[in-house]
Amino acid sequence: MLKIWSMKQQQDEAAQAGTKKKKVTAAQLRVQKDLHELSLGSTMRTTFPNPDDILNFTLTIEPDEGMYKGGSFVFDFKINQNFPHDPPKVKCTQKIYHPNIDLEGNVCLNILREDWKPVLNLNAVIVGLQFLFLEPNASDPLNKEAAEDLKQNREGFKRNVRASLGGGTVRGQSFDRVLK
Amino acid sequence: MAEVASSSVLNVLEGPRAKWKYLDNILGREGPFTDPEWEPGQPVFEGLERAKVLVIGAGGLGCEILKNLALSGFKDIHVIDMDTIDISNLNRQFLFRHADVGKYKAEVAAKFVEKRVKGVKITPYCGRIQDKDDEYYMQFAMIVCGLDSIEARRWINATLVGLVDEENPDSMKPLIDGGTEGFKGQARVIFPTMTSCIECQLDMHAPRAAVPLCTLATIPRQPQHCIEWAHIIAWEEERKDITLDTDDPEHITWLYQKALKRAEEFSIPGVTYSMTQGVVKNIIPAIASTNAIVAASCCNEAFKIATNANPFLGFPETENYMMYTGDESIYTYTFEHQKKPDCPVCNPNALARPLHVDGNSTLQDFLDGLAERPESQLKKPAIRTEAKSLYYQFPPSLEEQTRPNLSKKLNELVESGEEVAITDPAFPLQFKYKLIFK
Ligand SMILES: [Zn+2]
Repeated sequence: MLKIWSMKQQQDEAAQAGTKKKKVTAAQLRVQKDLHELSLGSTMRTTFPNPDDILNFTLTIEPDEGMYKGGSFVFDFKINQNFPHDPPKVKCTQKIYHPNIDLEGNVCLNILREDWKPVLNLNAVIVGLQFLFLEPNASDPLNKEAAEDLKQNREGFKRNVRASLGGGTVRGQSFDRVLK
Repeated sequence: MAEVASSSVLNVLEGPRAKWKYLDNILGREGPFTDPEWEPGQPVFEGLERAKVLVIGAGGLGCEILKNLALSGFKDIHVIDMDTIDISNLNRQFLFRHADVGKYKAEVAAKFVEKRVKGVKITPYCGRIQDKDDEYYMQFAMIVCGLDSIEARRWINATLVGLVDEENPDSMKPLIDGGTEGFKGQARVIFPTMTSCIECQLDMHAPRAAVPLCTLATIPRQPQHCIEWAHIIAWEEERKDITLDTDDPEHITWLYQKALKRAEEFSIPGVTYSMTQGVVKNIIPAIASTNAIVAASCCNEAFKIATNANPFLGFPETENYMMYTGDESIYTYTFEHQKKPDCPVCNPNALARPLHVDGNSTLQDFLDGLAERPESQLKKPAIRTEAKSLYYQFPPSLEEQTRPNLSKKLNELVESGEEVAITDPAFPLQFKYKLIFK
């Protein structure tokens, strides 16, 4: 009888251990699905500092056309457990000269804030980021000086971009060298 | 006539169920909407008293819910809340007094209602819902939520869906969820796996209204824009190494002063300390009466579900969502929110099925085996546990990092009984298995 009782206790313990095992979260699952749908092409790649943690990674964009061609831009993606209700937090890890990205790396992209919806996926975000390098936009300025330059003098702006990509100084502000 | 009435009232008032006289009118006899098979009387009273209910949240909605459940005849109520009482809660969270500031909400609320309503037992837990395991949630007949966090709702929803065991009817716990925002609110009932769940309804939550970052950075127009600027941009620039703690008065004061200075630069009046606190903590304006309306409808549904006295919201294939809008006069609408066939939480494939496997076989063998299973036939799978990325076919960097796992044995990668989730671009749905080693 005692033997049966201890067997039962063991079973109970095993059952309890079973219930405490963590389950894959809804945010992890959604990110996992979104990863399948990334179209990175030849100009983008992802890096996972900890491959077990798919909610934190970096995206490198190397535009093959436009004013930012030749640069290699690294964005940090931080996704919380409330994804996709909350948008991913995206920041540029380098100090770059761009009208829609400030010197701290904040990015002005509508779908990262005011126009984010749970039906949007990570691919929509990376397409949006890529577009910022093809078509920098002077009407949504985060770096006011760069936006002014783009509005006033497109050729001058282009020269500034080239200088900044090489780690040069624009209007007294030095930038990170981001040429690949 | 008046005398007859008063003497009959007197009789009831003297009996043991005197204070439940009006409830007993509903539970003690059939009504126009009761099911023909329903039997009124003693078993129904007892069922209601025995029903163990869990209330999640002891804030604005929670105070109302606890009071209502106790006054509806529930006798065994549990309540979870991790928060302590703040002075700003006192205007609507009526179970708390000035002397309670700083104490745990769940504890104070439980004591107050127990004292006020004789015979009810309220068991508080001051902590996070995530601290508790399946066994804990299994003990309840139903769960009533009065939360302001979507994250907490999603967690309890996924937990209750995961509890459902097809062999055990008691494992399906009705989830009654109330929510308010200003003059708006909703009450909804979910029968996990049977009806549309919180995850199916995620798009019903209005996203947090956000102002474009460039507006904050360049052309702020409202005092809130200056506060958001201080919160998102100035803090990062100047105090990057300090993690912002929205409960730390020094941090809020710093943001307030930054915002005030910026508002002066742009001649925008109206930045205050309490507005700073509200914007930064995303405090949703709470209106006491909206809480009362929503909590009352949640509790009436809880009562009807526990007693079967009347048809209730959320019965499968009927209406399950009641929205209330008081912004412009009053509008209420009750409808059936449909279950999403590809819901990542409640679609049939999302429930972890037990799968007996050989722990000594490799991950590659396991995936090859899955490819042959009729329900899966995977092409480019990704597979993970909560803790580990087991194998990702894409993107390339992750494929390279997880490839070595393919030749590892399953028992090196997962524990017996652990859940794995598998997705594949060829399928809109995912598969979850609980791997049990033979
Ligand atoms: Zn669902």
